[in-house]
Amino acid sequence: MAKGSIVAGCLAPHPPHLVYAENPPQNEPNSEGGWEQLRWGYERLRDSLAKIDHDVLVILSPHWQTYVGTHFLGLPHFEGLSVDPIFPNLFRYSYDINIDVELSKAIHDKAAEAGLAVKMMNNPDFRIDYGTITTGHMVNPAFDKPLVVISSNRSRHYYSVEVMQEMMMELGRATRDAILESGKKAVVLASNSLSHRHFTTESDVPEDMSREHIASHAMHLWDMRIIDYMRTGQAQRIIDEMPEFTEQAIAESDGGGLTWLLSTLTVPDYPAILHGYGTIIGTGNAIVEWPCYAHEEV
Amino acid sequence: MNDSILASYVVPVHPHPLLVPEQNEGWQRLRDAFDEARDQIAASDADLIIVYSTTWPSIIGHQIQADPNPTWTLVDQDFHDLGSMDYSFRIDVEFAEAWNKANHSRGLQSRTVAYNGFPIDVGSVVALKLLNPDNRIPAVIVSSNVYANRAETTVLAKACLDVLGKMGKKAVAVTAMSMSNRMFTEFIEAGDDKIHSLKDDEWNRKVLEFLEEGRLEDVAQLSRTIHQQIRVQKVVTFKPMWWLSAMNDNRNDLTGKVLAYEALYGAGGAVVHLDPTSNGKGDKEYDEDDVETYQGERNVLDSEENDASVAESSSNTGPALWNPAEGEDAVNTESAPKPVGLYPHARRVGDLLYLSGVGPRQPGTNAIPGGPIRDGNGSPLEYDIKEQTRAVVENIARILEEAGSSMEKVVDVTSFLVDMDRDFAGYNEVWAETLGHYGPTRTTLAIRALPTPIAVEMKVIAKI
Repeated sequence: MAKGSIVAGCLAPHPPHLVYAENPPQNEPNSEGGWEQLRWGYERLRDSLAKIDHDVLVILSPHWQTYVGTHFLGLPHFEGLSVDPIFPNLFRYSYDINIDVELSKAIHDKAAEAGLAVKMMNNPDFRIDYGTITTGHMVNPAFDKPLVVISSNRSRHYYSVEVMQEMMMELGRATRDAILESGKKAVVLASNSLSHRHFTTESDVPEDMSREHIASHAMHLWDMRIIDYMRTGQAQRIIDEMPEFTEQAIAESDGGGLTWLLSTLTVPDYPAILHGYGTIIGTGNAIVEWPCYAHEEV
Repeated sequence: MNDSILASYVVPVHPHPLLVPEQNEGWQRLRDAFDEARDQIAASDADLIIVYSTTWPSIIGHQIQADPNPTWTLVDQDFHDLGSMDYSFRIDVEFAEAWNKANHSRGLQSRTVAYNGFPIDVGSVVALKLLNPDNRIPAVIVSSNVYANRAETTVLAKACLDVLGKMGKKAVAVTAMSMSNRMFTEFIEAGDDKIHSLKDDEWNRKVLEFLEEGRLEDVAQLSRTIHQQIRVQKVVTFKPMWWLSAMNDNRNDLTGKVLAYEALYGAGGAVVHLDPTSNGKGDKEYDEDDVETYQGERNVLDSEENDASVAESSSNTGPALWNPAEGEDAVNTESAPKPVGLYPHARRVGDLLYLSGVGPRQPGTNAIPGGPIRDGNGSPLEYDIKEQTRAVVENIARILEEAGSSMEKVVDVTSFLVDMDRDFAGYNEVWAETLGHYGPTRTTLAIRALPTPIAVEMKVIAKI
C-alpha cells in the first residue's frame, strides 16, 4: 500500500453565519449575504484544495465537546437536521454526511496506544454538531468526500492550556501516523476561530455589516500576531504563546483544534496562506492553509 | 413576598439517572429522588414548571423555548453509549412570549426560540422527563447566558415573577445544574463512580448543608466562591443559584431538604427541594444590589453613536458643580475636580487629613478618563475601569500634595464601585500598582450609583 499523506492543513472556522450568508439549499433561513471577506476566503480555500488530490477531510470541532476523553464518529453515514442552539435563527441545516470509519478507527487506535482516553461514537441517533457541519460545508459544500470527525476534549477546562497542548500534540501525532499508514491523502481541518469575545446583542438584520467589527483592539492585536506567525512559518511560536493567547483573547483555540492541527503538520516552519480574515459578532476568524504538498514528501 | 413559587428544585444534568439508574446504587438513589420530586410536583397546584438549564448556554441574551411541542431524540455528547433520549414536551408558549416581553421591559436582551428540531439540552431533557413524565404540567425552559452577571440573572428572575403575578400562575422553579462539575477524564466502570475529589465532596456537602437549612441566598452570595473552588471553568458558572434565589425573593429562611446527593461520573449531583414556607429562623438582611432594571449591555454594536455621546457626556452631563467649601481647616485646590456639593476637597483634623470622596473627573474639563459609564439619556456605555481608577489616584495625589501630605502617608481608603463584578479586577490591578504599594488599609464596597457617571470613587484618610 502506498504511504498516506497529509496534503493540506487548514484553519477553517465554523461560525454558522457563513452558511447562513451563503443561502445554500440545505439551510432553511435566508439572508441578504454578509461576511463576504470570509466567504470569499473560503472560496479561495476551496479553489486551492480542488487542485490537490485528496480522499478524506479530518475535522476537529470545538462544538462536539467531550469531557471524558476524545471521541470519534464511528458509523459510516449520518443524516438529519442540525439547529444551532445559540443562533437557531441562522442555522437550520439538513446534513447528509459520510464518515471514513476505517480511518476514524485507525486514529482512535493510535491515540489509545499513545495513552489517550478515546471512544468511538456508534449511536445512530447522534446529531452532528454545527461546527463540523459549517466547516464541512464551507470547505466542501457537496460533501462528496468522507469525513473523520474528532471531538474536542475540554482538558483546558479541567487542567490548563499546557495540559491541553500536551494532549493535543499527542493526538496530532496519532492522527498523522494513522493517516500515513492508511495510504490515504487527507486534508486536516481545525474548526475554530481565533479571538472569541462575542457581542451579546445582535442586529435586527444579522448580516448588517455596518455593525460588524472586532470586539476590542486587544483582540485584533492578538489575532494579527497569531496570523503573522502563520504567514511567516513560525508555528512553534503559536504553540509557545498558546497559553497567553488562549487566556487573553478568550481564544477558541482552548478547544485544542489549533494545537492538534499544528501537531498533525509537525509544527510547520513554512509559510501558510491566509485566504481570509474577518470578524463575526465580534470574534476573529481566519481561513488559513498550510500547503503541505509543496513542502513535504508526499 | 411573592406567592407564585410553590416549590423550587435543584436537579443534576447528566443522563445516568434517566437512562441507566440500575448500573450504580448512587444513580438509582438520584433516580428515586427525582421520582420523589416528581410526586411532590404532581401533588402541588403548579400551573407551570420553569427550568433554568446550565446545559443550554446562550450568547445573545437569554433564550426561552417557545415551541409548543418540541419533539426529537437527544443523544448526549459524552455519554452517547448510554442510549438515546426521545422527548416530546408541552411548552407554555403564552408564558414564554410574555416572559420574553417582560425581559425587554426590564432592559434584558432576550428572545424566544420555536424551531423544528431545536436541540433541547440534556439538563432540560433529563429534568422534564423525570419530573413531569406525562407532560401534565406545561413547562418553560430558559437558557443560561455565558456572559450574564448577577444583575442580569436577577433581573431575568424578576421579569419571570412579573409574568407569573400578572397571569396569576403558580409555578415550580427548577435549576438543572451540577454541584461540583469535575468529571473523571478517564473512562470508569459504573460501579467505581465517586465524587472526583475529597475537596469537591466537602464543598458540595457544605453547600447542601446551607440548602438543607433553607439558606438559598447565602449560597447565591457564595456563588462566585463556589465556582472558583469546585467548578471546572466551563462556559456557564454557578449562576443558577442567582436565578433561583431571586425567584425566591433572595431569602434565607426557606424550608430545605436534600433528597439525594451522589456522584455522576465524578461530578456532584443533587436533588434538592426548597419549600417557600419559612423555617421560622431569622432571615438576614439581603445586602447585594437589588437591581430592578438591567443596565449592563455596553451597546458595542452602536459604538459609533456612543463615541459621540461620550464626548458630550464627558463635559455636559451630571449634577451642577460647586466651588469647594472654604473653612479654617479646609484644603482646596484648582488641580482637583470641582465638588458636586458644598464641601471642601479635604479637611485637616489634628495631624490627620480627611478627603472628601474623590472620583476620576478631570479638573477644568470635567472629562472622565476611560469614559463615562452612561450617556446623558442614562443608556450604559463602555468604559475603562483601569483608566478611571488611575485618574482617581492622580486626583488624590494632587489633593494630598496641596495639603502637604503624600501618597505614602495615606492611612485608610474606602473605595466604592458601581459594578463590582465587572470592575473589581481592573480596579484592584491599578490599586496594586499605585496606592496599594504604600500599604494603607482598604475597604471596597459595591454601591448602586455615584452622582456623576463614574464607576469608582475613593474616600481617603492620610497623615499630614
